[in-house]
Amino acid sequence: MKTILAADCGSTTTKAILIVRDAKSFHLAGRGEAPTTVEKPFEDVTVGLMNAIYELEEITGRRLSRGGKLLVPGTDSEGADIFLSTSSAGGGLQMLVMGVIKSMTAESAQRAALGAGAIIMDTIAFDDGRTDFQRIERIRNLHPDIILLAGGTDGGTAEHLVDLAELLLAAEPKPRFKHSYQLPVIYAGNISAREQVSGILKNVMEVRTVDNIRPVLEKENLLPAREVIHRLFLEHVMAQAPGYTKLQSWAGTSVIPTPAAVGKIMQQVAQEQKINLLGVDIGGATTDIFSVFNGVFNRTVNANLGMSYSICNVMNESGLQSILRWIPFEISGDQLIEILLNKMIRPTTIPETPEELYIEQAVAREALRLSLYHHIQFAAGLKGIRQERTIGDSFVQAMTGQTLVNLSKVDLIIGSGGVLSHAPERAQAALIMLDAFQPKGIFQLAVDSIFMMPQLGVLSDVNPDAAKEVFHRDCLIPLGTVIVPDGISEPRQKIAEYILRSQDNEESGEIHPGEIKVVPLRTEQIAELEIRPARNIDAGSGRGKIARAKISGGEVGLIFDCRGRPITFPEETEGRINMIKHWFNVVYSGEK
Amino acid sequence: MGNISGLTINPSTLVRKTRRLPVKGKILVKQGDYVEGNDIIARADMPGFLEVLKVAEKLGIEPIELRDVLIAGEGENVKQGQVLAALKYFFGLFKSEYKSPADGNVEYVSNVTGHVGLRRKPKFVELKSHISGKIAEILSGEGAVVETRASLVQGIFGLGGERQGKIKVFNTDFIMPEAITEEFSGAVLVIRGNIDSTGLKKAVRIKVAGVVCGGIFGKDLNEFLGYEIGSAVTGLEDIGLTVIITEGFGEMKMSERTFKLFSSLNGKSASIDGTTQVRAGVIRPEIIVPIREPGKVSAQENESETKLEIGSNIRLIRSPYFGRTGIVTEMPAAPSIISTGSRLRVLVARLDSGEIVTVPRANAEIIT
Repeated sequence: MKTILAADCGSTTTKAILIVRDAKSFHLAGRGEAPTTVEKPFEDVTVGLMNAIYELEEITGRRLSRGGKLLVPGTDSEGADIFLSTSSAGGGLQMLVMGVIKSMTAESAQRAALGAGAIIMDTIAFDDGRTDFQRIERIRNLHPDIILLAGGTDGGTAEHLVDLAELLLAAEPKPRFKHSYQLPVIYAGNISAREQVSGILKNVMEVRTVDNIRPVLEKENLLPAREVIHRLFLEHVMAQAPGYTKLQSWAGTSVIPTPAAVGKIMQQVAQEQKINLLGVDIGGATTDIFSVFNGVFNRTVNANLGMSYSICNVMNESGLQSILRWIPFEISGDQLIEILLNKMIRPTTIPETPEELYIEQAVAREALRLSLYHHIQFAAGLKGIRQERTIGDSFVQAMTGQTLVNLSKVDLIIGSGGVLSHAPERAQAALIMLDAFQPKGIFQLAVDSIFMMPQLGVLSDVNPDAAKEVFHRDCLIPLGTVIVPDGISEPRQKIAEYILRSQDNEESGEIHPGEIKVVPLRTEQIAELEIRPARNIDAGSGRGKIARAKISGGEVGLIFDCRGRPITFPEETEGRINMIKHWFNVVYSGEK
Repeated sequence: MGNISGLTINPSTLVRKTRRLPVKGKILVKQGDYVEGNDIIARADMPGFLEVLKVAEKLGIEPIELRDVLIAGEGENVKQGQVLAALKYFFGLFKSEYKSPADGNVEYVSNVTGHVGLRRKPKFVELKSHISGKIAEILSGEGAVVETRASLVQGIFGLGGERQGKIKVFNTDFIMPEAITEEFSGAVLVIRGNIDSTGLKKAVRIKVAGVVCGGIFGKDLNEFLGYEIGSAVTGLEDIGLTVIITEGFGEMKMSERTFKLFSSLNGKSASIDGTTQVRAGVIRPEIIVPIREPGKVSAQENESETKLEIGSNIRLIRSPYFGRTGIVTEMPAAPSIISTGSRLRVLVARLDSGEIVTVPRANAEIIT
């Protein structure tokens, strides 16, 4: 395999990339994009795809199509050996999840759906605080692509599952696309209730049964449900969406939901480097957060937090003041509302002035902050299980269901999505992520260069080596290493002294409370960093202890973030604006 | 990048509206019939709501015992207040009963949960034509396609569903609430500039059918609605009228072209719909004014999508040129760097004022 054509049919834009192999390795040859065409008047996703490919042909000079058809398989001089695609066009895969207990089986069902790349429209459970009437109304008003119904452990009581099935029967939800086919329901609950649940729903829905996602409380078994979700996505959702049958027939492997592909590549990076990873993809409608901590993968999607369609939801959820605090000039709340409402109704427009750019980047900080908050709540160990106790536990009573996300233990944070990947300066993406996530310790920051992780995710199924090579060579743009000392609580002269030794240079300095400092360190540079912290300050090795680390550079360099956690702001406007301007100057322009 | 959709502002175009029942039903019109906007063209019985009655729990019995005490069985029609199940105890001296909360049909009885499913009576739904015109196509059991020659204006954002009324044009930058008087009851008020929340409330009070305006301030809209808009998916609001804005939020004036067209339609009957969906399957609110007499066919008929090219008439849709119109004069192939530092594809336009500006292509929409 020498040439690979891969596409991502997004909700707004279709992106096509060409990957070619030279004598040594695979690399990105070019990228083309065009508006996605699932809407009228085209109503055929392949029209937008071909437009993106025409642009790619122009850019690379390689003919990839003829007469509206892909040249796959191609020859040495034209076409590609394989075509691959992911998709989130038409709103992606939208699911309704049902379980008996919200924090147990319903949460496992959520994890199964999210891991398969779905957007969860709602989660129904007996302890969700709603009446049956409200649940039925809600289910009836949703038009999901698939319903996942779970609950109970194998051999347990069937009653609650039958109750849930009756709720579905009463609501009779209709699918999002054509109403002429039966809505698929995946039953992944107590196997003893299978027959009864199928019996209740068989005339109104298409029921598929799979192994219980929680066969016993202590175990979660998500894979069978995820596989069926993926199959139904292809059979129902993709088959109903305009042009997808053609798209699938062109593809050399199954078309998969965009977030599922991004999740794959994130997991591979974490596994390969044996690191804890936090990834984000901030889009127009939704924000996805991915994490791998101690080898456990989690994904959450916030269907109402995004930079265009959902920009006003960010404002409503975070509050105006939370957005205003990140803006480096004076603007009234009313003016801000107008700007965001206008972005919501014209979602494809681009900031044309620095002021509007800073406003959108302020919203991005809040969308990411809120999304991470939701992710931390969700990415937890199994709740409500029996724990075997040791003598040690008699002294430390650990709660079940504690979050797996530890922001002091993250090794790499990867940002993706328009506002991060297309930020005019890479340093802006770095500061947005630092402000939003406020992590601690020593970690690396990176961005997806042109948002090509979906294509690499689907490629990793077919040719993992090619995916890996292109990921490191063309996709991941290192921004640098960040040091966030912990324990900055009292005013003091200095937090630490540092010495940075690289092959051709040695630099030393001090860091002070409240400051953010950037030391240039190029992408290819590796350096030894020694930090001598003041008493009570932890720079990665414990309070007051010298920390040493081998670090790598990036587009921004080495960043010392000593602003404390959480970041606080002066109350008066002028002081706040000056402080933000100073951060911008330091990180964007390297001002001392 | 090829095509950029713009909002339609067309004095004479062929409008085809597909009207569908929510469930299959009876079509009351034939192909070729002429209908008015208020005419009912189809009817259907919506299956009644299935109510789950927790009978066993209420009677304090085990689910398995439910059938023994049930009086009305599966498939039976019952009336409101009719006893569905009765439990006698203490040698028949005492009796617990479960009465039906409504008229309906017993659809199922569950031995597992002890629930009874009561299907309420079907609901009757009627489908109106919404626009005056000819029935161009019958969609068997589902609805019909109504066709008419009409003036069509798409707005950028709306609220509220379908309504009809006569157009009354106000050439003002801001309509004072006092100007909205009883005589406009049932009318569609077209305001060149803005309306505030007091004006909207007054319009509801005097039963105005709809308000079409250049812009509205976000705080006025929130105050009128009583909640904050989170996403542009609307149409089902129960607000007493339909609101459509043509330009955007803030202090806005309707574009010259839009206002000219509305002015020529003053006094005519319009069908308006505020439904907006700025998501997959974009739906923009619209004002349709059917033309009774055969009109001249517009050159842009049925072209909702046109290629952005040199000579295209455009409207700029982002600050600092928001709302300005002009003509594309250059389409540089190579990306350019704009004042934010972003490198992207731009166009050069000559605005109506004569000013030459360079803007991102994404910030221009074609006027069709």
